[in-house]
Amino acid sequence: MKTMKTMFSTTAFCALTFGTAAMAQEITFVSQGGAYQEAQTKAILEPASELTGITVRQDSSPDAWPQVRTQIETGAPIWDVIDTPTKDCIRGGEQGMIEPLDLSVMPSVAAMPEDLRNEYSVAYEFYSSVLAHSTEAFEEGEAPQSWADFWDVEKFPGMRALRNHPLATLEAALMADGVAPADLYPLDVDRAYAKLEEIKPHIAVWWTSGAQSAQLLADGEVDMTMAWNGRVSAVMEEGAPVDFTYNQGILQYTSLCVLKGAPNLSDAMKFIEAAMSPEIQANFPSYIDYGPGNPAAYDTGKISAERAAELPNSPENASLQVLNSAAWWSSPEGEAAQDRWASFVQQ
Amino acid sequence: MSHSITPEERRERRLILALLTPALAVIGLLLIAPLIWMTWQSFQGPDGFSLMHYRRFFTDSVYLSSFTQTFRIALVVTVGALLIGYPIAYVAAKSQGIWPALILGMVLVPFWTSVLVRAYAWLILLQRRGIVNSTLRDMGLIDQPLLLVNNEFGTTMATLHILLPFMVLPLYAAMKKIPGELETAGASLGGNGWLVFRSIYLPLSLPGMIAGSVLVFVLTLGFYITPELLGGGRTFLVSMLVSRNIELYNEWGAASSISVVLLLVVFGIFRLASLLIPFERIMGAK
Repeated sequence: MKTMKTMFSTTAFCALTFGTAAMAQEITFVSQGGAYQEAQTKAILEPASELTGITVRQDSSPDAWPQVRTQIETGAPIWDVIDTPTKDCIRGGEQGMIEPLDLSVMPSVAAMPEDLRNEYSVAYEFYSSVLAHSTEAFEEGEAPQSWADFWDVEKFPGMRALRNHPLATLEAALMADGVAPADLYPLDVDRAYAKLEEIKPHIAVWWTSGAQSAQLLADGEVDMTMAWNGRVSAVMEEGAPVDFTYNQGILQYTSLCVLKGAPNLSDAMKFIEAAMSPEIQANFPSYIDYGPGNPAAYDTGKISAERAAELPNSPENASLQVLNSAAWWSSPEGEAAQDRWASFVQQ
Repeated sequence: MSHSITPEERRERRLILALLTPALAVIGLLLIAPLIWMTWQSFQGPDGFSLMHYRRFFTDSVYLSSFTQTFRIALVVTVGALLIGYPIAYVAAKSQGIWPALILGMVLVPFWTSVLVRAYAWLILLQRRGIVNSTLRDMGLIDQPLLLVNNEFGTTMATLHILLPFMVLPLYAAMKKIPGELETAGASLGGNGWLVFRSIYLPLSLPGMIAGSVLVFVLTLGFYITPELLGGGRTFLVSMLVSRNIELYNEWGAASSISVVLLLVVFGIFRLASLLIPFERIMGAK
């Protein structure tokens, strides 16, 4: 009887240790798919996996938020780390769906500037909503360089496009109305929508996908648009007559966060630390036109000065732009501003 | 009913039931069950039963304008498809030899092409530097390019083109059933061409017209790709309202309520159509 019991507990012990050991080997990482996920596989996921010994299983979802909700509701999440708009990490954290980051195992994250992280998430990669124009419509030196120019239909005639979404669009409207970048938040939503009403008759297209925004310019369907820098530079490389400025760009980032009750919680935290370390973050620009979430990556020497000049959040370019506040957009005021959008565009 | 069924009949009924079981199971599992689930969700608020998702139909102005725009486009597309489709079906039904196959083939080939490809093709045709605008400009008919796409016009145009076969095919089927002798008889009684067409042919082709119109109208109500790609953000149909509600309210219930209302509207339309003409004939079974 005693032998039986010992045998039993030994087996249980083995199962427990080996079970944990086996689990310690992997996490599930979720991003938005496409060329972007392929680029970060080489730039971030593979080196981070090598560094930590954690195998990374990947999944992708262009909009992870509904799935996160569903997984939490079933009580058994299958994802660990997600790369998603910062707003989702914050509201997810507030609704008990996202784990707080364990900064005690994340020295690289703890060393980052405070406006790039919060209790639940950390900035992973940067992109910017910039003012782009057709070089066929505007000679060099005569192109629109600020949102005030974009709104000035007398001096800069032509068709315009904006994103069919209030995020970054409201910021642009306020800057066009003369609000200093430093004073943008909290956004004066009424003022922004009033300014947007002014430009609305001149907007030919309210675009919905990043590819569409760049294509509109390349095809000559519009003469200027707000677009994501990576999309614009992609069509520029293909030889499209297009250019853009970082001046008054709205710098945005996606963040990493961990699902509440994630199956491999402690490994997820270790993995984030590795993925956010300056050395690995510095790989980002070698594969895609997005900037590293951790600004310390620019000090590693891995990013050349020429390359840095092209990236949205290099120190020189970042100083021209305004950092989008995900905290404001996930607040009740931000949600209300978003709610208002559809009726604005339709009427 | 008093006579007892013979063993052969019973066996046949059992066989029919057995043959139907897979189909019924698939429909029950993949259609009926999700519909019930969707309806149930639409009545769920944060604290159990709630009408909050339906209340938005009255408080959110986007709902009304979205439904209005959707029905307006559906109506224009249906009338347009009828006007364009009727002559095509008529010629196909009347012609001889290789012509019917050729005409129907030209209707069907685009039908077999992906909807996405056709939507982008319209974008290329209609955009500011597109084929239509540059041709018109070269002919000196316009100075400024016309805004043909990224608006309701472009959406309507592409939707009409994509759904045209759903009008032509039922019309053709209905017209093929009209005996040619009736027109000859009408003519022999002194009716001229127009009178014969109006009082004999047109009424007899009515089942096809109703069938095609109902199909096109109902399919347009749920269209997503053309308004999304060609609507320029201004064309905001009910299908897009569904996806917006998931993003905005983060609740399946909010999206479900719209789907439930749309489904009821569609049932209503079928009901109205079946008052005009038996349902089996709309679906082309008789």
